[in-house]
Amino acid sequence: MAIRTEAQAIPGILPGKVGVWWFLASEIMLFGGLIATFIVFRLGSTGWHGDAAHLSVPIGATNTLVLLTSSLTMVQAFAKAEDVNERGLRNNLALTILMGLAFLGIKAIEYSSEVWAGYTPASGIFWSFYYTMTGLHALHVLAGAIVNSILLGAGRLRNPLRLELAGLYWHFVDIVWIFLFPLLYLA
Amino acid sequence: MRESGAAVLDVHAHHAERGFWRTYVFSTDHKMIGKQYLSLGLFWAVVGGLLAHVMRWQLAWPETAVPGWGEVGPETYNVLVTMHGTIMVFFVAMPILLGAFGNFLIPLMIGARDMAFPRLNMLSVWVFALASLVLLVSFFIPGGAASAGWTGYPPLSAKAEYTGVNWGMDLWILAHALEFAAFLMGGVNYLTTAIALRVPGMTFFRLPLVIWQLLTATTLFLLSVGPLIAGAVMLLLDRIIGTHFYAAEGGGDPLLWQHLFWFFGHPEVYVILLPAVGLVLDVLPVFARKPIFGYRWIIYSTIAAGGLSFIVWAHHMFVSGMDPRLAMPFSITTILISVPFAFIMFAMIATLWKGSIRFDTPMLWALGFVAMFIVGGLTGIFNGSAPADIYISDTYFVVAHFHYTLFSSVVFGGFAGFYFWFPKMFGRLLSEPLGKIHFWLTLVFFNVTFFPLHNIGLAGMMRRIANPLEYEFLVPHQWINVVATVGGMLLLASQIPFVVNVVWSLLAGKTAPKNPWGANTLEWTAPSPPPHLNWGETLPVVYRGAYEYSSPEVAEDWLPQDRTLAARSR
Repeated sequence: MAIRTEAQAIPGILPGKVGVWWFLASEIMLFGGLIATFIVFRLGSTGWHGDAAHLSVPIGATNTLVLLTSSLTMVQAFAKAEDVNERGLRNNLALTILMGLAFLGIKAIEYSSEVWAGYTPASGIFWSFYYTMTGLHALHVLAGAIVNSILLGAGRLRNPLRLELAGLYWHFVDIVWIFLFPLLYLA
Repeated sequence: MRESGAAVLDVHAHHAERGFWRTYVFSTDHKMIGKQYLSLGLFWAVVGGLLAHVMRWQLAWPETAVPGWGEVGPETYNVLVTMHGTIMVFFVAMPILLGAFGNFLIPLMIGARDMAFPRLNMLSVWVFALASLVLLVSFFIPGGAASAGWTGYPPLSAKAEYTGVNWGMDLWILAHALEFAAFLMGGVNYLTTAIALRVPGMTFFRLPLVIWQLLTATTLFLLSVGPLIAGAVMLLLDRIIGTHFYAAEGGGDPLLWQHLFWFFGHPEVYVILLPAVGLVLDVLPVFARKPIFGYRWIIYSTIAAGGLSFIVWAHHMFVSGMDPRLAMPFSITTILISVPFAFIMFAMIATLWKGSIRFDTPMLWALGFVAMFIVGGLTGIFNGSAPADIYISDTYFVVAHFHYTLFSSVVFGGFAGFYFWFPKMFGRLLSEPLGKIHFWLTLVFFNVTFFPLHNIGLAGMMRRIANPLEYEFLVPHQWINVVATVGGMLLLASQIPFVVNVVWSLLAGKTAPKNPWGANTLEWTAPSPPPHLNWGETLPVVYRGAYEYSSPEVAEDWLPQDRTLAARSR
């Protein structure tokens, strides 16, 4: 005898969405702590502007553009999924993944040029923050790309909710970069 | 169509069809996961208790070897201090109060068949088991376990040459990271379950208070742990690749760690306290046969205390060298936070007023919690006010304070919950006489152990010293250390009736009825122990709040949450 076991989610509440939002809340506090620390240190010290000037604004701006565009294709993928347009969904999701990987590739090139120029994480407090903040963010981009790849590889997507949840996370990662770029490159 | 993977449970996952491994080891059943957290927590309680015993022996008779352990030098003593604190807070209090009771009670009390994400729940307990393994291994590697204090302050924790411990410190950070991951998964599950899976009629203001307390505690954990994770990443990078976050010579600041640690660390003490308060709040009305006093105001106070707990952290840092102008605002917020907690304590006492009190074992532990926590709460006012704290900071007065708060939460609150829900968890009754002996011995020897620490703290004894006899001004007070140590040994021995009781009950105890205490909440409408998926074909429906005891509407002195007035028995 098997019991009918619908877990009786209250109508109108999607457990997956509630869970992802709570997860994102704790992620906001993770990056919030890091960013707040950076701002306090930045305000309290002198001579950081010189270090920050060694970062390449064009590369950072390009990466910003890549990541913002990937959020657009993510939204497009979800819209296609709601229209039951399987082909459009897959194309947009693949584009999102590719742009995520492009972001990571550009970041890797940027890191190596900085390391060749002699700026390692141990070169000073600015560089410690720079590598930690962007590195932690890059790990999040990688995680998002993996989640998206799993969705793409799982074949026909019957449930748009999963795509929406992946999208919430992807946009969050995007928004974090919108804070990191001006703080590290422009300020 | 499936709404989401989480909203529908596996229809084929019926208890009887599952093998040994899926039932006891890799189980997705919230009750089994709760018991797994409980077992791991009890295991660590034994380890943490033995470390405390070695420390206490060393403090009472510093010149003699500890029986069964050997000589304790200052380096070993640092390991003992560090690991005792780490284990008791993160590997005993959290898994028992949040992991065990959270998992066991949340679905049963809100009328859900399981957690919202059962597989994530299983992952949570296994990541915690991995964290336990990492911490255990760290005792046996070259250099030994971490010894930079349970708070891991740099520069002590940032450079191996300062403590002589290298790998132990890295494993300590790793164990914390795994533990935080486990409780993040658990926390997301708790909150989602309570928000999304409540049974019809179970509104937020009909939830039992322990659920409110668990949810508030979980929220505090989710929102405070992020900055510490960031801080731990920085500490690990400082140790491994030579960044300079905490090194003043490289432009960093060791105080940064203290801010990040205590931004988490202070909410963390409420993560431990609130579930214990919740357990006691749910035990008191059952044994006073009276509705809880001020149900909604307890909830508002809890939320207020939770909010305030985010802006009190620097009261741990009055002597750290931070800007002294910060002392007054943080003193004010700290003393402010005692207002909502005082309200909750008054509500507990007012619940007893004119009740017909039954002194069963769970009630004794609950009353013990109220009495002992008030002592800890009152000494907290001394610590929270900067002028007093500057005198008593880092003395045994502080040690006495946080043992009165944390020990009362974990042990008195935890045992109140354990004795109360044991029949539901295991389907057997515990022996009342043994339970009462356990309570009275624990109460007496807890006070013999920890009350004198106030006095020796005020006499100036510092925390974390391996040999008090090296300080001339402490020599006349050494008898206090001896009293506390003898009390501590008897306190450990007082747990023997508990072990006997549990083993005896599991082997030969009387079978527990569905509702042995005459309680109202939903878990008592399920069989003892509840089967997989908790209820049979139909779930209960909720018609009323959780605390309608001695209602004039019915002949019995309790009125379960799932009973309609039409079905009244008078």
